[in-house]
Amino acid sequence: MIRYILWRVLVMIPTLLLISALVFTIMELPPGDFFESQIAEMRAMGENADMAEIEALRARYGFDKPLVERYFHWVGGMLVGDFGYSFEYQLPVTDVVGDRLWLTMMVSFVTIIVTWIIAFPIGIYSATHPYSWGDYGLTFVGLIGLAIPNFMLALVLMYFANIWFGTSIGHLMGREYLGQPMSWDKVKSILEHLWIPVLIIGTAGTAGMVRRLRANLMDEMEKQYVVTARAKGLAPGKLLRKYPLRLALNFFISDIGSILPAIISGAEITAIVLSLETTGPLLIRALQSQDMYLAGSFLMFLAFLTVIGVLISDIALAMLDPRIRLAGGRTK
Amino acid sequence: MTGPLPDPGAPLPHYVSDAPFDPNVIENRVIGRTDLAQASQKKLMWWKFKRHRLALISGVFLAICYVAIVFAEFLAPYGLQTRNVENIYAPPQAVHLFHDGSFVGPFVYGRTMELDMENLRRVYTDRTDLVQPLRFFCHGDSYRFWGMVEGSLHLVCPPENGNFNLLGTDRLGRDVLSRILYGARISLTIGILGVATSFVLGIVIGGLAGYYGGWVDLVVQRMIEVLQSIPSIPLWLALAAIMPVTWSPLVVYAGITVILGLLDWTGLARAVRSKLLSLREEDYVLAAQILGASSPRVIGRHLIPGFMSHLIASATLTIPGMILGETALSFLGLGLRPPITSWGILLTEARSVNVIALYPWLLAPVVPVVLVILAFNFLGDGLRDAADPMR
Repeated sequence: MIRYILWRVLVMIPTLLLISALVFTIMELPPGDFFESQIAEMRAMGENADMAEIEALRARYGFDKPLVERYFHWVGGMLVGDFGYSFEYQLPVTDVVGDRLWLTMMVSFVTIIVTWIIAFPIGIYSATHPYSWGDYGLTFVGLIGLAIPNFMLALVLMYFANIWFGTSIGHLMGREYLGQPMSWDKVKSILEHLWIPVLIIGTAGTAGMVRRLRANLMDEMEKQYVVTARAKGLAPGKLLRKYPLRLALNFFISDIGSILPAIISGAEITAIVLSLETTGPLLIRALQSQDMYLAGSFLMFLAFLTVIGVLISDIALAMLDPRIRLAGGRTK
Repeated sequence: MTGPLPDPGAPLPHYVSDAPFDPNVIENRVIGRTDLAQASQKKLMWWKFKRHRLALISGVFLAICYVAIVFAEFLAPYGLQTRNVENIYAPPQAVHLFHDGSFVGPFVYGRTMELDMENLRRVYTDRTDLVQPLRFFCHGDSYRFWGMVEGSLHLVCPPENGNFNLLGTDRLGRDVLSRILYGARISLTIGILGVATSFVLGIVIGGLAGYYGGWVDLVVQRMIEVLQSIPSIPLWLALAAIMPVTWSPLVVYAGITVILGLLDWTGLARAVRSKLLSLREEDYVLAAQILGASSPRVIGRHLIPGFMSHLIASATLTIPGMILGETALSFLGLGLRPPITSWGILLTEARSVNVIALYPWLLAPVVPVVLVILAFNFLGDGLRDAADPMR
């Protein structure tokens, strides 16, 4: 078991390195840098930009060094928790990001839980009653959830939540709690606001999960051990509970890998529309102003979150399912 | 010795049946279905696909949509940029057939607009005395068909001295229905072009990995893993953000399709790779190699046709994601830019909560988005089932 975990963590390292290289390339692709766009902005406002000062800043942040050196500087800094400097906010990236990381993680985590809670009964019903009206109906509802753009759903839900429940529009908490330290009231306010983004982000993942769960479970229902159990007279409910359901539970953990990227993507868009206190709105702002370290760190962080999520799901699955542990050890 | 065998040493009788030989005897055994046994692969797929009602309907619906975008100029009652300052934020108009119990044909009631100074809103009221029949196959706003041929013929035109806004107008008094029809041209093609990009990438990269194996395969596998573990929307945002503002809208359009395709080939490449890995062990591939066929020929001529139908089906299932991606990017202001009009651009008009409260008809572009995405999903499911030889 420990060998499997070690192997799995080791495999993660080249993946993360490749991701960091990709993110860095994307950040470097646009012509010019933050300073150039700032000069342009200052000129447009009629101010005089001191070229010498700009050059000094550039040298200070290492923008005059070759690309490869800067990349290693960036990656090396991240390893010791230094994510670079946000030019726009004039603060270290870690200070700008602050609580937002935790809120992003919380939103994603709650969304996964909600997705499970919704997908589980629906998937089981659809698999045990295939091609019935209930199956078609639920599949259709799921598909509609998939087809409506997240941001539109966010806007409409926000509007109705405001009318029906009086929830304040936008943000992850009441206005009075913004920038306040964590308190019991703040937690309550967050919980009150959380359901809208969670529901919206969950719609997309749920449909896919129900589909896959249904297909998997239906394959399982045709296996011989199910036939045997049925033949010896096990009640259908007990049969379901005893065998296929347990396999379906495995599937729930392994499926994190496929829904997590979708959930994080959805979380970003929804966060931008609802201006939640997560990484979304900051990310888009950083991208637009070429604040490269901030944007790069966000992208890196989101990728990291996904990779870690998949890692945890893989390890949990290995603990639950001995077959995977064995197969995983053998392939390498 | 008794039995079916002749005695040892006895001359064996030679027997030839007199019955005429029918080479199709095995095929005919499926009673009444000679066609089933002799049908080509394509025909079998078509029959299987036809059984999937929803997929068939979706296919027809999408075909209609794609024909419609060819004639968007003709179908739209107004031009794309036609503005009517007298008619800003007008709610949808209903088409009536009967006036005072007598049949008049399709018509709309004229309207008067008043400014409600208290709420600062425009209030439109139908004047039931003003019957304005619609005109068909008439000359209205002039346009350049596909930017080339001058024309002014429309399927339906607003009545003389009146307006016809089936889905209302936006903040500049532009007809929402017309803009949706024009926007379809961009939104529907962007999905196809994006899929075409990812299709080519997927086949080439997956093909190389699956055919050569070894370290090529290893590198490709890693690359796929990396790309799949990065959430696509933030990456799309980042790529879209690096497109210079100075690019013309048309170049941005091309750029967006490439970006959408650039990150989406992983699933296809994976499918191609695994199929190739199993197919390249087949005898017919060995035969082709012995006959001296080059690698590209073996891949392109012998291997890819073996699973093309499967690929097309999975490509169809990725189109909805691309359409949604474009809509989201445009909505966030990082995708297409006016004057290019897509459904995402149209939805930016409905960005604020005020719009939902006061002018809900600006949300209308969501309806075609949802319908098209559902249709692509059903069509893809149907195609996949039809292409699957196991069922």
